[in-house]
Amino acid sequence: MSVTTKTRLGWAIAAVLVLGYSLFPVVAIFANSFKTPGDLGNQRFWPTSWTLANYEMIFVGQAQELFLTALRNSIGITLIATFIAVVLATLCAYAIARLDFPGKRLVLGAALAVSIFPVISVVTPLFNVWRQIGLYDTWLGLIIPYLSLTLPISIWTLSAFFRQIPWDLELAAQVDGATQWQAFRKAIVPLAAPGVFTTAIIAFFIAWNDFVYGISLTSTEAARPVPAALAFFTGASQFEQPTGAISAAAIVVTIPVVVLVLLFQRQIVSGLTQGAVKG
Amino acid sequence: MTDTVKSAPASRRQREKPKKSERARAETRLGWILAGPAFVIMLAVTAYPIGQAVFDSLYSFRLTAPDDRSFVFLDNYILLFTDWGFWRPFLVTVLITVVTVAVELVLGFALALVMHRALKSLRGLLRTAILVPYGIITVVSAFAWYYMFDINSGFVNNWFSWLPGISDELDWFSNFGTAVTVIMASEIWKTTPFIALLLLAGLAQVPDELVEAAKVDGATRWQQFYRVTVPNMKAAIMVAVLFRALDAFRIFDNVFIMTGGEANTEVLALLAYRQSISRLEIGLGSAVSVVLFACVLLICFVAIKLFKVDLASGTDAGGGKAKKGGKG
Repeated sequence: MSVTTKTRLGWAIAAVLVLGYSLFPVVAIFANSFKTPGDLGNQRFWPTSWTLANYEMIFVGQAQELFLTALRNSIGITLIATFIAVVLATLCAYAIARLDFPGKRLVLGAALAVSIFPVISVVTPLFNVWRQIGLYDTWLGLIIPYLSLTLPISIWTLSAFFRQIPWDLELAAQVDGATQWQAFRKAIVPLAAPGVFTTAIIAFFIAWNDFVYGISLTSTEAARPVPAALAFFTGASQFEQPTGAISAAAIVVTIPVVVLVLLFQRQIVSGLTQGAVKG
Repeated sequence: MTDTVKSAPASRRQREKPKKSERARAETRLGWILAGPAFVIMLAVTAYPIGQAVFDSLYSFRLTAPDDRSFVFLDNYILLFTDWGFWRPFLVTVLITVVTVAVELVLGFALALVMHRALKSLRGLLRTAILVPYGIITVVSAFAWYYMFDINSGFVNNWFSWLPGISDELDWFSNFGTAVTVIMASEIWKTTPFIALLLLAGLAQVPDELVEAAKVDGATRWQQFYRVTVPNMKAAIMVAVLFRALDAFRIFDNVFIMTGGEANTEVLALLAYRQSISRLEIGLGSAVSVVLFACVLLICFVAIKLFKVDLASGTDAGGGKAKKGGKG
């Protein structure tokens, strides 16, 4: 009895430690985002008086243009890149999981090679070419390289998912009198949809996280995403650090991540581990 | 899982038998129609630029003076390899890679064990918590850690002033040792969950009976872990370490945000960025890019040849084996 209580207590403490580990830096910057300029210099963790001034500054104040355009760019570019990657990866993974064709291993090998590729190595040539063909500092100029980040992991994850689908169900449905399209839609789509959805979340995280492309291939607010824009924040005056505004902006771009994690942690974990280790 | 995978090609094989060549050709065509676009795009955004980078690295070429472009063969590389300005970032990158991966492996194991053994009711909560660092933007993590340690706004100096060496006047980002420590802390915090999740998947594959048997034979907990659990999940460990090492070697965001390369914390990716994007020295910048790429290839090669890491085990082996089974 006492042993189980002790073990229970042990695991509870371990759980608290894990929670603290995961959330502490987030809470720290969260606290920063509600501090007044005075509090930002007093070296305390929590604000002495909570203020929304930093959020006002990025949404309606002087940092509005910098932040809101960057937020729009980030959302637009990330969603488009995620969508294209998932569509192409779904077709590709379907072929890999279901068809037997020469070059299959080549496609998987290419996905593997691209996923270990150092982004910074391709940024210089892209920078150069994009300037020549007018893609520099445009949405499309970021969407295309983002595919190099999102496609490989999408192909991996989806191939792993699709391999687990009992494709014979499709055949069975056809035997039962369904047309090929009906069989696909009624038997396969419901089984494949969760995998596609999970892949979309993981691809979104990766595109949302990008900094190297964002800072190298943009020069104005036309296409600069939030992570890159954060590096360009300036204080209210020359002598003021933009700490509060950056913290508030950081919290805003963390909200989608937290929401997705809260809603879909189970799927994300299975997607991540399936992509890399046979699950 | 293996059953279904194996049965699918088997049943298709039976259907295909009569007119195999025609069907096979149709299947090949369909396969490439479906997989082709993704394949082409992946090559277009990586293979082509890296080829261009190799080409550019053989020239002396500044974007500010595009007409002065001249072929210098390996001069850019010679310049790099004879300059401490290259070797220092190189060594800093190696240091960061080795330390972060080592710490992450230990920390990742601890997290994975807690998640693996925790009470069922806590598992969901723990996995949710651990995914927050995984999903958070690296730049946000960099700022969070930067502000914690910052001499003006940070609370660390205040909280830990009782420790020797830490005082109100300590500027963490003004000298190498402390700056690189905070950079690595941010990197470790953000990426350990990835390792932990891979290790968790590995732990789940170790049969409980093996551990039980060791326990019955009188093995201590540490022996059970070190002699039974770890050897049985070696593949998962190697894949996790290799992926993280490759990722750590490309470190950029944390350094850029926290120090911008000051206090001797410059890393290879930042050097490449500064040469090509800031200074528009395309030739030299490309040379750094190519060296960085070569390093990543080398790490991969060493891991696969020396440590026999089967990187494709997750994606291909299952299907590949099933296919062979279907054919044979």
